[in-house]
Amino acid sequence: MTVTAEPAVGKEAPPGATGPAPRRRTGRVRRIALPYLLLLPALLLELLVHLVPMVIGIVMSFKELTQFYIRDWGSAPWAGFDNYSLSVDFDAPIGKALLHSFFVTCAFTVLSVGLCWLLGTTAAVYMQENFRGRGFLRAVFLVPYALPVYAAVITWAFMFQRDNGLVNHVLHDQLGLTDSPSFWLIGDNSFVALLVVSVWKGWPFAFLIVMAGLQNIPKELYEAASIDGAGMLQQLRRITLPSLRPVNQVLVLVLFLWTFNDFNTPYVLFGKAAPEAADLISIHIYQSSFVTWNFGTGSAMSVLLLLFLLVVTGVYLVLTSRGRRAADV
Amino acid sequence: MRRTRAAAASAVTVSLLAAVTACGGGSSTDGGSNDSPKTLTYWASNQGPSIEADKKTLTPELKKFEKQTGIKVKLEVIPWSDLLNRILAAATSGQGPDVLNIGNTWSASLQATGALLPWDAKNFGKIGGKDRFVESALGSAGETGSDPAAVPLYSMAYALYYNKKMFEDAGISGPPATWDDLVADGKKISKDDKWALGAEGANLSENIHHVFVLAKQHGADFFDADGKPDFTSDGAVAAVKQYVDLMGKDKVVAPGNAEYAQNQSLQDFAKDKTAMVLWQTAAATLKAHGMSDDEWGVAPVPVQSGTPGAGKDVNSMVAGINMAVFKNTDNIDGALKFVNFMTSVDEQTILNKTYGSIPPVKAAQQDPAFNTPALKVIRDTLATSAAPLPQVANESQFETAVGTAVKELFADAAAGRPVTTASVKEKLDEAQQQMPKK
Repeated sequence: MTVTAEPAVGKEAPPGATGPAPRRRTGRVRRIALPYLLLLPALLLELLVHLVPMVIGIVMSFKELTQFYIRDWGSAPWAGFDNYSLSVDFDAPIGKALLHSFFVTCAFTVLSVGLCWLLGTTAAVYMQENFRGRGFLRAVFLVPYALPVYAAVITWAFMFQRDNGLVNHVLHDQLGLTDSPSFWLIGDNSFVALLVVSVWKGWPFAFLIVMAGLQNIPKELYEAASIDGAGMLQQLRRITLPSLRPVNQVLVLVLFLWTFNDFNTPYVLFGKAAPEAADLISIHIYQSSFVTWNFGTGSAMSVLLLLFLLVVTGVYLVLTSRGRRAADV
Repeated sequence: MRRTRAAAASAVTVSLLAAVTACGGGSSTDGGSNDSPKTLTYWASNQGPSIEADKKTLTPELKKFEKQTGIKVKLEVIPWSDLLNRILAAATSGQGPDVLNIGNTWSASLQATGALLPWDAKNFGKIGGKDRFVESALGSAGETGSDPAAVPLYSMAYALYYNKKMFEDAGISGPPATWDDLVADGKKISKDDKWALGAEGANLSENIHHVFVLAKQHGADFFDADGKPDFTSDGAVAAVKQYVDLMGKDKVVAPGNAEYAQNQSLQDFAKDKTAMVLWQTAAATLKAHGMSDDEWGVAPVPVQSGTPGAGKDVNSMVAGINMAVFKNTDNIDGALKFVNFMTSVDEQTILNKTYGSIPPVKAAQQDPAFNTPALKVIRDTLATSAAPLPQVANESQFETAVGTAVKELFADAAAGRPVTTASVKEKLDEAQQQMPKK
């Protein structure tokens, strides 16, 4: 797009010159408009890639969209709020299953984000010390982050197999921790399996970000603190964590959104029908729309999920920013 | 100058938006065109031991077709786990292959999308007429009472594959004819890490195929005469319970099978870990796993009592693969020629021989290759005691909902939790409530 080809800079009449007034005005208009014009391509693409499908999704959620209409979804009959009332009727099986899936996802997200953050921060703090093999360890820590998600999760799925998997081989055959080999991919343990893979996959990102954040804390602060007699824990509490606050704010939010919406991990581990204990909401919605071909209900669930995430993100940002402002004062 | 730019910009926006909405709305051309007469895209389902093996089998045949007609066929072999999704996406966007394979149980569901070319008398005329095909195979090619949405390509039925040596070792003289026999024999075999029967507990379609047959044997169906779901009838509940009980109560299926979904039970069979599997045309896969043909035998799937026969004891679904043409193909003539080629007696013989299936084209069945003891069992089953899965538009949803319920019940059984008539009924009731109301 070449709308902004003409340079606006330098066109304005020099100060004091008695040029014609309209010309000066267009110059100013141009200068004000320039940033918007430069933003336009990005805005347009954003519109196409995100906003249009979102609007289509919202329209779909008000339609009775089944296999009879997917070829020409515009012709599907309107359903009003039926899809929504079906999704939130928590006494009926569809709503009940959605609510169950929602709670599973919340528990999963809290645990996964918490563990990712804890592991990432701990590792990053220890990696601040200069010791032999630090570079090697850092590289090793980042391996899960660098591996293609599918390959990694498929490998985990193999390791979690009951009869031939590595996990049971170690836990049962070698360590003798369980009476009989456990199931990891079906039944209640599937939640643990999912959590393990998610944390394994997610913590290196936390590690990377926290490590970057730590580079920005001036060494002098620590030196001053140790002169004042502050121990390691006190330094962590009074210097490291407060300094990392802006980094953590973004990190936790991003991890939260990624984990809450994670589709690949459960899909590769469990396939189309996840066990009840690990029925994450993304898979649940996928199943409601693509497997049972009930796209209207699936869209309604997606819109509800979007609203929930928007609210949580908004509240989170307000709370954390307020906290920071208070800290700044 | 500026005006042209603005116009250009808005033109770009409008055309992009139009493209987006067109993607969502699909195309409305019916019956295809002949805009690109020299090429065809073909989505083949995975029939052999691997996708590579399928490519090896099909490529020379496609070359033959190219030689005959000058039409180049672009082949893509798609694993079963992806196929339905891929077809659905193609139906939605209108950007699909010209010709494709579908599982015959999906026929009515896919027919409802309106994306597949209906096989009316005119289209059948171009491939030599409807009469060339076996009737039971045509019965699973679309909703009852309307033109088929596809043409049968490979036919299969379930049979009981048994390991001769393991039977001998356990002192069992022959394969069981009834479920009671199977359980009794199974108890003799199931010890020292050996198990009697293999199952794919986490494979939704496999679950459906077996509980469908058992339901038929209990005089029940999963849909009523109007095509409405009826999952909780006594017969249906008894069928699901009987199947899961093979693991939970009778203990003739290894608990580990509850998480099987990738044909692991066939590997166990080939490695002498399980003595029986209920499978459709396992020969090629067993060979690929290193088991020679004389190590296993084939018998009809057990029934409740007596022997399977016409009209009463159903012991298999009509399994098979159909071939469909995408309605908005750019090469409709070529697509019909290709279907004609693939259903010709020569190709039917070659391909069904390779895959170990039965040709649904009557004339091709005459070949002695389809008269081996193993294939004879399957042929007889198809002719006398197989029934097609319900040909209703919601069939694929039924597979998911009930298949998942059975998977969860298997998980309970494997964990040692009791599976009772009440718990089965509850799961099936939940499954039924998930079905679309219309």
